[in-house]
Amino acid sequence: MKKLASVTILLLGIMLIAITAEFPRWGDPQSPASTYLSPHFIEKTIEETSVPNIVTAVLGDYRGYDTMFETTVVFCAGAACFFILGAFRREDDDQIRYFRHKDTGVVLKVKPNGTRPNSRSDFERIDPTWTPYDFIVSRVASLMIPFIQLFGLYVVAHGHHSPGGGFQGGVILAAGFLLLALSHNLRTLSARVSNKTLGLMSASGVLIYAGWGALALLFGGNFLDYSVLGVLLGLDPIAARSMGILIVEIGVALTVMSTMVIIYNNVASVGAYDEGL
Amino acid sequence: MIWQIDTAMLLLVVVVAIASLQVKDLLGAGILFGAYSFMMCVLWTVMGAVDVAFTEATVGAGVSTVLFIAAVFRTSRRTKD
Amino acid sequence: MMEFLETVLTAKYNYWIYIILMMIGIWAMIAKVNLIKKIIGMNIFQTAIILFYVSIGAKKGGTIPILEHAPGHGHDYIMDADKYINPLPHVLMLTAIVVSVATLGVALALALKVYREHQTLDEDEILSHLSE
Repeated sequence: MKKLASVTILLLGIMLIAITAEFPRWGDPQSPASTYLSPHFIEKTIEETSVPNIVTAVLGDYRGYDTMFETTVVFCAGAACFFILGAFRREDDDQIRYFRHKDTGVVLKVKPNGTRPNSRSDFERIDPTWTPYDFIVSRVASLMIPFIQLFGLYVVAHGHHSPGGGFQGGVILAAGFLLLALSHNLRTLSARVSNKTLGLMSASGVLIYAGWGALALLFGGNFLDYSVLGVLLGLDPIAARSMGILIVEIGVALTVMSTMVIIYNNVASVGAYDEGL
Repeated sequence: MIWQIDTAMLLLVVVVAIASLQVKDLLGAGILFGAYSFMMCVLWTVMGAVDVAFTEATVGAGVSTVLFIAAVFRTSRRTKD
Repeated sequence: MMEFLETVLTAKYNYWIYIILMMIGIWAMIAKVNLIKKIIGMNIFQTAIILFYVSIGAKKGGTIPILEHAPGHGHDYIMDADKYINPLPHVLMLTAIVVSVATLGVALALALKVYREHQTLDEDEILSHLSE
C-alpha cells in the first residue's frame, strides 16, 4: 500500500512538474491571471466603492455571493461539530469523584463509597481529567484578554484601510475567548458566554449578511447591491457601498468568532462542556 | 524580493512539513504544524498577500494549533509512524 | 548552462516547491497510519494549493493591493495596474483558509468520535477492531 502510494505520487509529481513548463514566468505582470479582470478592480475600486484596500472591496462587494456562502460554510461546520460530538455523554463510571468548592476552588477527592458533599449548591462536580490552573498564567491572561478583544474590534473596523476584515477580526476575537478557556477552564468561559448564546450569535451573523443583502431588494436594487441603501443610511451611493461592506464584515466576524469557540468547546471537552483542557 | 532568502524560506517550509509528518509524538506534530503555518505566513507576506498572511497567522498558527492540542489531549500522543 | 539557470530554474523553481509540498500532503493522506497525521497531511495539501494561487497573483516590482489615499475623493486618480499585485487570488484564498480551519474542526471531531469507539487512532488497529 505504502509503496504503491509512493510510486503513484512520484509519477503524479513528475507529471505536474513537466506541466510547469507551460506556466507563465513567476511574478510576470503580463500573466493571463493578471490581465483580464484584476486591472478593473485595481483601477476602479476607489472610484466605485471608495475603499482603499482592494481585497476588502472585492471580498465584501464585488464577490459578495462568494463570501456569503463561505460564511454559511463556516456556520455549517460549527453546527456539524456540535452534532457529531454533542450527541453523546461521557460514561458515568462510579469510581473516584472530584468536587470543587465554588468560592475557594478547593477540590475534594471522594473515593468509592465515600461520603459526598451533601450541599450541592456550594460544590460542583468536575470530571476526572481536570488540571489545576496556574495562578500567574491565569492572571496575566486575564490582563491580556481585553486588549486582544480590542485589537480584534480594531481589525474588523479598520479593514477598509489596512489588512484585516471580518474573517481575521473574528478569529482574533475568538482567540481572546480561547485564551480564557485555556488559562482557566472551559466552565469559566461557559459561565460568561453560554453555548446557546454562541449558537445564536453564529446564526445571527449569517442573518446580518443575508438580511443586509436582501434589504437592497426592498429598495429596488439587486441582491447584495449596497449602493441603493444610501437612502437608508443618508449617504451617497459610493459611500453607501463602503458602509455596506462594513456591516457585512460585522456579520462575518460574528459568525467566525462564535463558530471557532463552538468548535473549540466541542473538541476540547468531547461534547461534554465540562473542564476542557 | 531577495531570491536567496526566498529559496531558504521555501526549503525550510518543506523541511518543517516533512518533520511534522515524521515526528513520533502527536503533540510535537501539532506544534510543528503551527511552525509550518507561520513559515507559510511569512512566505505570503513576502509575496505581498498581506490579507492572506494575516488570516494564516491568526487561523493557521493560532486556532489550528489550539485545536490540534485539544484533540491530542483528548485522545493519545502515541503514534506508530 | 547559465542560460538554463536563468530562464528555467529561476522562473519556475517556486512552482516545483509547491508541487513537492502538494505531493507530501497527498502522500501523508494515503500512506500515514495515524488519523491526526492524515489530517495534518490534508492541511499541508490545502496550504500548498493556496500558496500556488497566491503566487499566481504575484508581480515582480508590484506593491501590496492597498491603494494610496488620493487627495479629495479620488475620482480623477489614474493609477497603473501593473504596480499593484493582483488582488483576486488573495480574496479567493482568504476565504479558503477560514474554511480550511472549519474543515479541520470537523475532521478532529470525527477523529475524536473514532477514538471513543475504538480507543486508538491508528488505522490498522481500527480495521482489526472492526473485523473482530
